[in-house]
Amino acid sequence: MMHVSEKDMSANSELIAFRLGGQEFCVDIMSVRDIRGWTQTTPLPHSPEYVKGVINLRGSVLPVIDLAARLGFKATEPTARHVIIVTQVNNQSVGLLVEAVSDILTINAGAIQPTPDVASDLARLFMRGVLAIEGRMISLISLDCVLPKSAESAGTVH
Amino acid sequence: MDTMAAIKQTFFQECEEQLAELENGLLAIERQEGDLETINAVFRAVHSIKGGAGAFGLDDLVRFAHTFETTLDLMRSNELEITPGLVKLMLRSADGLADLVRFSRDGADLDRARIAQLNGELSRAASGEAAAAHPEPAAQAEPEPAFEGEPTADENGFTPIRFSLDDLLGGGMPAFDEAPAAGGLTVRFKPKPELYAKANDAVVLLRELRRLGETRIACDTSDVPLLTELDPEGAYLSWSVDLDPAIEESAVREIFEFVVFDCDIDIASQPAPAVEALPELPEPAPVAEARPQPAAAPAPAPVVEASNVVQLAPEREMTPTETLIKAGQTPQPAAAGQQTTIRVDLDRVDRLIDLVGELVINQSMLAQRVTEAGIARLSEVAVGLDDLEHLTREIQDSVMAIRAQPVRPIFQRMSRVVREVADMTGKSVRLVTEGEGCEVDKTVIERLADPLTHMIRNAIDHGLEKPEDRVAAGKPEQGIVRMTAAHRSGRVIIEVSDDGAGINRARVREIAVKKGLVEANAQLSDGEIDDLIFHPGFSTANSISDVSGRGVGMDVVKRSIQALGGRISISSKPGRGTVFTLSLPLTLAVLDGMVVTVSGQTLVVPLTAIVETLQPKKQDVHGLGDASRVIAIRGSFIPLIDIGRELGYREEEADPLNSVAIMVESENRSQSALLVDGIIGQQQVVIKSLETNYGHVFGVAAATILGDGRVAVILDVDAVVAGSRADAGRSDISNRKRNAA
Repeated sequence: MMHVSEKDMSANSELIAFRLGGQEFCVDIMSVRDIRGWTQTTPLPHSPEYVKGVINLRGSVLPVIDLAARLGFKATEPTARHVIIVTQVNNQSVGLLVEAVSDILTINAGAIQPTPDVASDLARLFMRGVLAIEGRMISLISLDCVLPKSAESAGTVH
Repeated sequence: MDTMAAIKQTFFQECEEQLAELENGLLAIERQEGDLETINAVFRAVHSIKGGAGAFGLDDLVRFAHTFETTLDLMRSNELEITPGLVKLMLRSADGLADLVRFSRDGADLDRARIAQLNGELSRAASGEAAAAHPEPAAQAEPEPAFEGEPTADENGFTPIRFSLDDLLGGGMPAFDEAPAAGGLTVRFKPKPELYAKANDAVVLLRELRRLGETRIACDTSDVPLLTELDPEGAYLSWSVDLDPAIEESAVREIFEFVVFDCDIDIASQPAPAVEALPELPEPAPVAEARPQPAAAPAPAPVVEASNVVQLAPEREMTPTETLIKAGQTPQPAAAGQQTTIRVDLDRVDRLIDLVGELVINQSMLAQRVTEAGIARLSEVAVGLDDLEHLTREIQDSVMAIRAQPVRPIFQRMSRVVREVADMTGKSVRLVTEGEGCEVDKTVIERLADPLTHMIRNAIDHGLEKPEDRVAAGKPEQGIVRMTAAHRSGRVIIEVSDDGAGINRARVREIAVKKGLVEANAQLSDGEIDDLIFHPGFSTANSISDVSGRGVGMDVVKRSIQALGGRISISSKPGRGTVFTLSLPLTLAVLDGMVVTVSGQTLVVPLTAIVETLQPKKQDVHGLGDASRVIAIRGSFIPLIDIGRELGYREEEADPLNSVAIMVESENRSQSALLVDGIIGQQQVVIKSLETNYGHVFGVAAATILGDGRVAVILDVDAVVAGSRADAGRSDISNRKRNAA
């Protein structure tokens, strides 16, 4: 499971990996605040399809993003087995709806390869890089763009 | 350096309070409601600012405050007659002082010419009158030695100073029987040269002491060197003051608050046992004759004696007092029951409010679970839960009260705006305020400043007529701008009104047509015309005046009021004036709402918007055009808004017969009927921001968490109504909806 580069032992970071639409993704564990089971959300009017709505997270209102839909896969039909990864992005808390958490990885910063030059806009928008671990490819998600921004809401996704 | 900055910040905070006090006092004097205490308070305010400014080396501020204080002091001692002109000058000087404070704090713009001019005017006011009044103090002041340097300066010649001062002291000494009763405080006060360097003055402090009540002041001149050795900037005099027992130590300390580091000061009570301490003193021989037998001497004697020493043996007179102080009781604590306040970081209060909000939610969740579990209402659990509910509500109310503050400071600020605008426009205006004690959430108050300033400016600049026009219309030359605050059904109502000419509807309409805001042949009611002034970019002023033409119009005012969850309305009578009414929530943290269901979702409609609810009947609902429907209520047709469709919860139209219509009034007082599936009940909800973690959503004012722990959105009634009015096909609204998402 561990993949440690020989040259730099100090800059290790931990990532949480999960599966979406048959591919593997991960986010930096430092931005994860909580992982909780799926609870029914309250939909928000006029929101993009990938915004599942909001839930009550210990008294604050937390938006939940269907990460699969956000990345351009088929929208998730959430069940009790799905989980919400609560992340902290630019002082905002955002819940990411994913199928299940599969792994916790410890990697060296040098192991992150740049995103291959592919045609998909979404891939380039949301991937900070890719990791090759034991023959699997895991994409590191950049959380900055996950929440809809009013400027790019309609155009890029719908 | 950091602590210094913190102290400085506190100083500036206190300055704001002093400035408010100053202005308040001056306004009371202007209304001729002030008494001596008011003038004293005004004086103290300026004096405190000066004292603090001196400590921080804010020389400009010190200099101006000093001139100001000097004039006020003359006013206080009746040497300067209080005329309306003088009070006006004082008010302008207070504004100038405020400017200087702000300049010193954050380098705000400063009109130095104006300050200099005010300074000159103040000095002239002081010297002009003071010259005539000068002989008076010498004549009246028997208990107070003439401390002032100037009157003696030219008479001194080459006479040794020691002689003349002793002379003065001897003449000023009160007889024994005038002495205050024993048990009062003795203040020993020896200024250092720094005290004078910071523009403080011992005379002023001693006068302050005298104002507290009966005092006996004795000056110790023993340290004064010969003239040849005298350092003109040195400090050689010290004083001992016996106070009336009724005088509180806290009051004395307050007087010396700003000079404590620049003088030696001892405050001690004069207890009866001090008699025993006296005989142990070494020295001074002459005193012995005057001193009564220790055993025979009851309470009153020692006090008299201690000051008597001054006369008899000036070289050593302070020693007994020192001993007295050592023998004295511990200082009296400040009077109990005095109102005390603390400064608390706002973040802490807000955190507390958040936590209490969560407590309320938790409590109602618990209550719901208990009900669901089928526990009897009278069981111990349920009863305990009821108590918990009461407690939580009470905690919530108390916590909210921490943030509640009277609107007074903001009203006070407006009196300055009135003065300035009146000056600029050459109109004579009186501001009448009512209900300053009304309490509102601090944030609401803060965010009211700009809209209110703008409304006041408008009222004077556009509302009130020119003096000559007023006279021609048979009105008094002085216009009145009235500002009132009152609580009404859980909201605070603030009205800004003027007694001017009222809205010139023909002119408003003309401009609106010219700017393309309305069709030339549109049928508009008076109310609709008045509401046009809230339209973005609308301005009725013929010229962009300096006062209100700053590119912001009433639309900005309206938007900022709406952002506070408030509403603004206008009513105007030709020739009688215009009234702007603001209706604001008391707090931004909770809201009374009606909980409704729409397409399986639970929504909260703010109760303030709701007029009534009703069950639509088949014959009352009519289609209008291809997509709109109206409902007939008591003979008028009101647009029907299907909330489920408007918020995009469903595509198909709701069946009005299986729905409930909620009549709402939006801010322009037009009514609409919102169609919802059902009403669950009425409830106070805690407002949770959607913006914190997400962003603004069109049609949604905020979110809340209901008893079952689920999030519910709070409907933005005005936005929904406005959104439905706009043609569905028009791109800007649909874009807005999408962009907001």
